Amino acid sequence: MSATVETRDTVETLTADKYKYGFTTDIAMEEFPKGLNEDIVRLISAKKNEPDWLLAWRLKAFALWRKLEEPAWAHITHPPISYDELYYYAAPSGPAPKSLEEVDPALLDMYEKLGIPLNERAALAGVAVDAVFDSVSVATTFRETLAKAGVIFCPISEAVREHPELVRKYLGSVVPIGDNFFAALNAAVFSDGSFVYIPKGVRCPMELSTYFRINARNTGQFERTLIIADEGASVSYLEGCTAPQRDENQLHAAVVELVALDEAKIKYSTVQNWYPGDAEGKGGIYNFVTKRGACRGRNSKISWTQVETGSAITWKYPSCVLQGDGSVGEFYSVALTHNHQQADTGTKMVHIGRNTTSTIISKGISAGHSNNTYRGLVKIMPNASGARNYTQCDSLLIGDQCGAHTVPYIESRNASAKVEHEATTSKIAEDQLFYCRSRGLSEEDAVGLIVNGFCKDVLKELPMEFAVEAQKLLAVSLEGSVG
Amino acid sequence: MTALPTQRLESWRYTDLRALGAMSFAEAPAAFPPPELPDIAAPRLVFVNGLFDAASSAALPFARAFLPVAEADELPLARINAEQARDGMTLEIPAGVDAGVVLLVCHASGGALHLRHRVTLGAGAALTLLEVVKGEGVYWHNPVTDIALGQGARLAHYRLQDESREAFHLATIRADVAADAAYESFTAVLGAKLSRAEFHVELSGPKAHTHLNAAQLLGDSQHGDFTSVVRHRAPDCGSRQTVKSVLSDAARGVFQGRIEVERVAQKTDGYQMSQALLLSPAAEMDIKPELRIFADDVKCSHGATIGALDEEQVFYLRSRGIPEEMARAMLVRAFLTEALEPVTHEEAHALFEAAIAAWWSGK
Repeated sequence: MSATVETRDTVETLTADKYKYGFTTDIAMEEFPKGLNEDIVRLISAKKNEPDWLLAWRLKAFALWRKLEEPAWAHITHPPISYDELYYYAAPSGPAPKSLEEVDPALLDMYEKLGIPLNERAALAGVAVDAVFDSVSVATTFRETLAKAGVIFCPISEAVREHPELVRKYLGSVVPIGDNFFAALNAAVFSDGSFVYIPKGVRCPMELSTYFRINARNTGQFERTLIIADEGASVSYLEGCTAPQRDENQLHAAVVELVALDEAKIKYSTVQNWYPGDAEGKGGIYNFVTKRGACRGRNSKISWTQVETGSAITWKYPSCVLQGDGSVGEFYSVALTHNHQQADTGTKMVHIGRNTTSTIISKGISAGHSNNTYRGLVKIMPNASGARNYTQCDSLLIGDQCGAHTVPYIESRNASAKVEHEATTSKIAEDQLFYCRSRGLSEEDAVGLIVNGFCKDVLKELPMEFAVEAQKLLAVSLEGSVG
Repeated sequence: MTALPTQRLESWRYTDLRALGAMSFAEAPAAFPPPELPDIAAPRLVFVNGLFDAASSAALPFARAFLPVAEADELPLARINAEQARDGMTLEIPAGVDAGVVLLVCHASGGALHLRHRVTLGAGAALTLLEVVKGEGVYWHNPVTDIALGQGARLAHYRLQDESREAFHLATIRADVAADAAYESFTAVLGAKLSRAEFHVELSGPKAHTHLNAAQLLGDSQHGDFTSVVRHRAPDCGSRQTVKSVLSDAARGVFQGRIEVERVAQKTDGYQMSQALLLSPAAEMDIKPELRIFADDVKCSHGATIGALDEEQVFYLRSRGIPEEMARAMLVRAFLTEALEPVTHEEAHALFEAAIAAWWSGK
């Protein structure tokens, strides 16, 4: 055993600082005064030249937020968040860029460092990126190609101006403004995010992607994403996140709403790699996110895939409301926590329509001093005849100072529905490790290999480019955890 | 009196006690027809409307006089019980003694009954406790059973809850299991308008073991809640749990089961299975299995299923000439088999078989 402890110690010293996205970018920023009150909400709205209905909507959300309490049921602990110490709006200063050529070169450099092919010429073919930097969308690539197909992919602030009828119809229709504390906060102060509309019968010609980055100190990021797939449309959307390395905690409270009409399909993939804090648990992002999809139409399908390796705290439950008959909800998740990270994540599948089906595959990996909780709800409503759910939650513990928890809620009110749930918790088997080691793999590599195998059911759901990145991310995040 | 727990408490989210809170219970009537006793040759202790009935009971060398509850309690129902308890069974089995079978019978016809039972087994002692609760009319039965098992002791605890269909039954059972000791239990839930059996089992010494099984057979608008917390507090302990619910009419079943594994409890082996059969469209089942694990070298799993009887299986049996009703009865009985596993005592087993058969034919 001492040999492994030694390995662990060596590795820990070697890799004490390996969050490679921890740099900051120095560019001129425009920030509003810190703190949150009605004036800030009005200021954000005015800054974006928003119509009156949206300001009214924000103010209503703000009033609701003040009455709501921060949820306390999740298995996480953190010092109280002072909402008055945060900046609610930060953006690169100066007039908004009209095209890629006008974007601050320092920004383009940063995205280059992050490996996002923002520049179209250098882009990985087939991926259109909307990059959100702190509070505003900086550039959206491949707009023309998408426009030809009739796909709308733009910052949500632009959509408010250009397509108000769509935004007004769907904004807040999946996640109402008073849904929960963080959703209400987001509705009041959201500054930007992505908007996607896929018209009837269109299959989006390329993968869409958003890259989120928190750069400024003491800012909260509150982006809002709205994706609508009209009848028979289909789209695959990717989301990635990073943040600089800072000692203080930063807040990220996003809302994502998906709407799938008849026969529409939405696939939403996330690789979340916000700064997780250092080995002592100092700093890191508080990631309190509300994500929900509504399968409104017949035979519609919404699929969530997430790889969560970052953030000091993750509080996130991408859900599906299966309203349309025959609609399908899927949730594939890998959540990895290390050092002092905390994750409380899972999903909700609400079966309302007949013959609705849902699949939940969740893989949790805890290492170091971290706590990792799967929390999920499967609810079969009385009219959901023939509904079907299959849930599998597996947890892997690495080291004896971490915790792995599973809290599923299963509620069935229809006798013809079939619900199955299974969960296991174990550690990496000695014989698997021994087998790999006897083939000459180092202990680190062996663990990486076994963990990747453990997550395979989820990773195979990711689009190709992301799957490769996710595998590397898992290996990097696990460094120093063997013991 | 301490307030009843509300659904705002996470551990009570699926069970609503407002109907109970709205009731007032008169003193239990003194005169009461003699209870019908199971035909098992064993010493018995009988409680009628919350008080010991010496005339129907056998003198038992291990029984002790009831002492009022002194300790404070954090569980709301146990706190109410502590405030109100006036009687209950106190059994102390000395170290090394095999006390055989003891029958505990509780009968009720009215009132609010807060019995406090205490069972202590010394090192290496053994006991089979068969508990039968029955009654008629409207009443509230709120018993608390505190069990302490010494090193290597073994308690088999079989409970048949067959309360009046108008009654409220809220039982709390707590067991502390020392090293190498075993607490093996099975509960059959048939009666009461609203019932909850709440188990707290602490595996506090190495190699302690528990079996915590139940079968809930509910109809009409009955509500049955089976809640358990198994805490692994020492290495090499094992827990096994199989809870089966069969729900007809507009019955509602609840299963909440939590396995906690503390940091020291390495080599824990925990298993939990909860399955429900919904026999009619209006039936409802809510399941919340929970794992809370802080040790890495463990093997813990839970599973849950909810569904209807498999029509293909019914068809298979019918195609072999078995009438439909009998085919369904066979399948339901087979569904319950695993839950009955800990009931190794023959007469107790026969008692449960008869109760299940009676439930099916009266359904």
